Amino acid sequence: MTVKSYFDSLDYGPAPESRAQVDDWLNSHGGTFGHFIGGDFVRTKGGKTIDAFAPATGEKLATIANGSKKDADAAIKAARDAQGDWEALGGHGRARYLYALARHIQKHSRQLAVLESLDNGKPIRETRDLDIPLVARHFYHHAGWAQLLEEEFPEHEAIGVAGQVIPWNFPLLMLAWKVAPALAAGNTVVMKPAEFTSLTALRFAEICQEVGLPAGVFNLVTGAGETGAAVVSGKVDKVAFTGSTDVGKVIRRTIAGSGKKLTLELGGKSPYIVFEDADIDSAIEGLVDAIWFNQGEVCCAGSRLLVQEGIAERFYAKLKARMEGLRVGHSLDKSIDVGAVVDAVQKERIEGLLKLGADEGAEIWQTPCELPDTGVFLAPTLVTSVGPDNILMREEVFGPVLTAMTFRTQQEAVALANNTRYGLAATIWSESIGRALEVAPAIKAGVVWINGTNMFDAAVGFGGYRESGFGREGGREGMLAYLKPRYEAGLKDYAPIPAPADIAKPKAGSGLVGVDRTAKLYIGGKQARPDGGDSLIIADAKGGYAGTASRGNRKDIRNAVEAATKAAGWAGTTAHLRAQILYYIGENLSVREREFTDRLRALTGVSAKKAAEEVAHAVDRWFTAAAYADKFDGQVHSPPMRGVALAMKEPVGTIGIQCPDDAPLLAFTTLVSHAIAMGNRTVVIPSQRFPLLATDMYQIFDTSDLPAGVVNIVTGTEDELLPALASHLGVEGIWYFGTADGSAEVERAAAENMKRSWVNYGKAYDWYDVGQVAGPALLERAVEIKNIWVPYGDANEGGKSY
Amino acid sequence: MSDTTTINQGTGFQPDWLDGIRINKSAIERRTATIVTRRSVKKEAQTAWQLKAVSCIDLTTLMGDDTPGRVRRLCGKAKRPVDPALLRAFGMDDLKLTTGAVCVYHQMVPTAVAALEGSGVPVAAVSTGFPAGLAPLETRLEEIRRSVAAGAREIDIVITRGHVLSGNWQALYDEVRSAKEACGAALMKTILATGEHGNLTQVAKASVVAMQAGSDFIKTSTGTEAVNATLPVSLVMVRQIRDFYDRTGMRIGFKPAGGIRTAKDAVNYLILMKEELGRRWMEPDLFRFGASGLLSDIERQLEYHATGAYSATYRHAMG
Repeated sequence: MTVKSYFDSLDYGPAPESRAQVDDWLNSHGGTFGHFIGGDFVRTKGGKTIDAFAPATGEKLATIANGSKKDADAAIKAARDAQGDWEALGGHGRARYLYALARHIQKHSRQLAVLESLDNGKPIRETRDLDIPLVARHFYHHAGWAQLLEEEFPEHEAIGVAGQVIPWNFPLLMLAWKVAPALAAGNTVVMKPAEFTSLTALRFAEICQEVGLPAGVFNLVTGAGETGAAVVSGKVDKVAFTGSTDVGKVIRRTIAGSGKKLTLELGGKSPYIVFEDADIDSAIEGLVDAIWFNQGEVCCAGSRLLVQEGIAERFYAKLKARMEGLRVGHSLDKSIDVGAVVDAVQKERIEGLLKLGADEGAEIWQTPCELPDTGVFLAPTLVTSVGPDNILMREEVFGPVLTAMTFRTQQEAVALANNTRYGLAATIWSESIGRALEVAPAIKAGVVWINGTNMFDAAVGFGGYRESGFGREGGREGMLAYLKPRYEAGLKDYAPIPAPADIAKPKAGSGLVGVDRTAKLYIGGKQARPDGGDSLIIADAKGGYAGTASRGNRKDIRNAVEAATKAAGWAGTTAHLRAQILYYIGENLSVREREFTDRLRALTGVSAKKAAEEVAHAVDRWFTAAAYADKFDGQVHSPPMRGVALAMKEPVGTIGIQCPDDAPLLAFTTLVSHAIAMGNRTVVIPSQRFPLLATDMYQIFDTSDLPAGVVNIVTGTEDELLPALASHLGVEGIWYFGTADGSAEVERAAAENMKRSWVNYGKAYDWYDVGQVAGPALLERAVEIKNIWVPYGDANEGGKSY
Repeated sequence: MSDTTTINQGTGFQPDWLDGIRINKSAIERRTATIVTRRSVKKEAQTAWQLKAVSCIDLTTLMGDDTPGRVRRLCGKAKRPVDPALLRAFGMDDLKLTTGAVCVYHQMVPTAVAALEGSGVPVAAVSTGFPAGLAPLETRLEEIRRSVAAGAREIDIVITRGHVLSGNWQALYDEVRSAKEACGAALMKTILATGEHGNLTQVAKASVVAMQAGSDFIKTSTGTEAVNATLPVSLVMVRQIRDFYDRTGMRIGFKPAGGIRTAKDAVNYLILMKEELGRRWMEPDLFRFGASGLLSDIERQLEYHATGAYSATYRHAMG
């Protein structure tokens, strides 16, 4: 091409980024890589290997090791050996290493960007301007957390060895998101990158050597799914996984009951809502960042476009015109918008989904752009004429495919946005601040972007609701995912208190009976007879007959969850109102202190003093929960932009609670009061041995103006009730205090809809210790953090001329 | 629709076209920050784009100390903006490269017309009480008529910013409309002076009203506001041009002015035009730079392309 021909065509022409430095690096390793264990690259004799390809050309880049269980175990051992010294190094010592990692990433930013782009197929512009700068930012930010660890998290310690498994869409960035907080908190790491994209992780391992990171602090085992499974099920203390929801569920089930801490960052089908009062051209440009960024291979991609009916026709026309301007090409071409799909397997998957969608009636439009002859490419795709039932509206495509439909009103937009199993992210376009800030909290998603999309920062937590996983990465909440409270190590074993084998029957003719008392279930603010019409006989402390409790069954659990779901308005009440009601419950309990003291003594056999103490603590706990209702607030983050990110604490939703047998009044009170203080609704299974202390409370709830359905109590046997509660798909969280086996059962059952589970793994909490089970330590379990990004600005002060 | 541009006769005042206009500043800035990182123009293409930029320059002098001598020198540069030896090096000998126009005050129009005779380079006159535009309407319109009579083929008018700031779109329409009538067959470029608008939504609305009233180009700035052409303001304006074309089939030109000094700036503006409006808007009949210092930087870059050695300013003929 000559100057003359360009003068006529004004085409862009080729603008390839040089890959010489990357080729030099690959050659310096002979194109073959082992694992990185204990500070060295190691090759396993006779070990299996995987070839790494450049998806833009199909060219083979390197051969990497396909790790075995033995390799994974060796890496875990190296990490275990290194952990004590690493944690003992202290916050400042670790901060120095994290700072050095951040600096070295910047110093090699170009090489890393080119390597990532080659290996993954994504545009060099994105690795250069987004991935790698965010990686450095993440290490800087977490150098800071390491520095401040002792001050900011005084009652916490490192979890131990973290096993981390990451996907191929943002290889080095996902590594940073996992490694930086883990190391900052004093954990050591075994990382398993995706088999398609391990090269930047290997380069990172080398950087760890360059900065002199102590051997074994960071270990890398490459390989495919089985290698990841070996890491997850090895002797690690913490598992962090980013990837598909299906695999996330498998991991949840696999490690259920093991006591390993878990964070899951899974799939999404994030809504992208455009209201008629939006800046339409900007909203269309935002879609380029939402769904054609990284070829749409983004867990939080705005893949479900919801556009208001009045502007839909014009919007689609403009959108298609914009799509026609997208350039698809080689990942190292500096003038492309969309690169190669990571692998032919992924392309086939996407095309398969498109076909299914079309079979279900979807209209599929692809840009008539030129695609390179070699490599794995897909044209940007728009799907219309679909309803919420179409597979392309429901399932994550993980490709450059946007599925669009319209809505009429704001309420309908919110309903459609929430009509999904996922809850990772959402985008809202509207120039009305009232509308945008009303919609943001209404959407079930961990991240909400207003008038922008796909904004990320290390200081702002990232993670999902629902089946998009749990736990957050980034920010304070992200640090908590790599720390555990110090008291945990000292917890004693939990011992259930069995009912006596024989309960003495009341004798006939023993005199005038008192008025018969009936403890019913408490569902939807009403005392309800159990569906089965059965009762359990409850013994007093001496094995005598104390009365009966209703024997609930699955249907009672179902009804209770339904009542709790209907009480969703509780979350929308003001914190002040919730506080008033909780104080009032405490007040009314205190009026009946004597009665509860007597009941405790009779049922549990504790001394009068001890019983009085438990009741007094229970009153105190209602006050504590009430006090926090309007004080356990969110934060305002200042990410590097003109704007704020509002970290809002939202209730988890409906929480199922299985109470322990010890301290039956205080444990019930503690758990329920803190849960509802944050706006959650509860379905409570009281201690099977001492249910009457819970049922005695419902009269107090009734007289304290607690709205119907906020607390629901189903008494009965754990065996019968717990499976129904733990597997109920309408329950968002589950707290379990019982045996180790029960804990495992709950975690397994919770996997299907990704309930936020908190189980005691058969350990006994001290219900009198406010550091363990009251205040913030407990409230953190009762909330989800949603980060709402609000860029702002309107004044024309000239903007930024570049 | 014909591919050639014709004079915009206007659409009449259509206030409802303004209703849906909302501009989000953060999103605009995000787009302009990335539009220039999404595209890269290198080697032969870069040379070609820089030559195209030269052809789109309204070579401008608007100083109180302008003299006929100064204007004649500028016209000489406009007729032959790039050393023919460089053009030869690029195989572009037969390219009759000139700047888009020469832009002067009314007083200098006759000098410029004479100096450019036969070159095909039009003379543009800034008018209507440039730069503040607050002279009496009659004298502003008379100024247009006199410049046209003196041979100016293009008139760069300024608007009353107060109409924008107070949202008096009817008044803005009427003002621009009467200027249009005074221009007759001359090409009218309407300077919005966006640096004196309160926000980008006002910029967008003023753009639309100016086009409705018959502007052939909309132009960012006089060059004397505190803030002149920026990519964000330009993005807002070119998107209104796109919508206007979608509604009417009429192509309106765009002229960023003030502060564009480097070849890199110029290429970035061309990228903006290509991405948002398309190839057709990269020709001088629809795109101009209002600039005085830009040309010398482009010349230095062109010499670098031709020789491989970085150049120095004094090696190129000054305008």
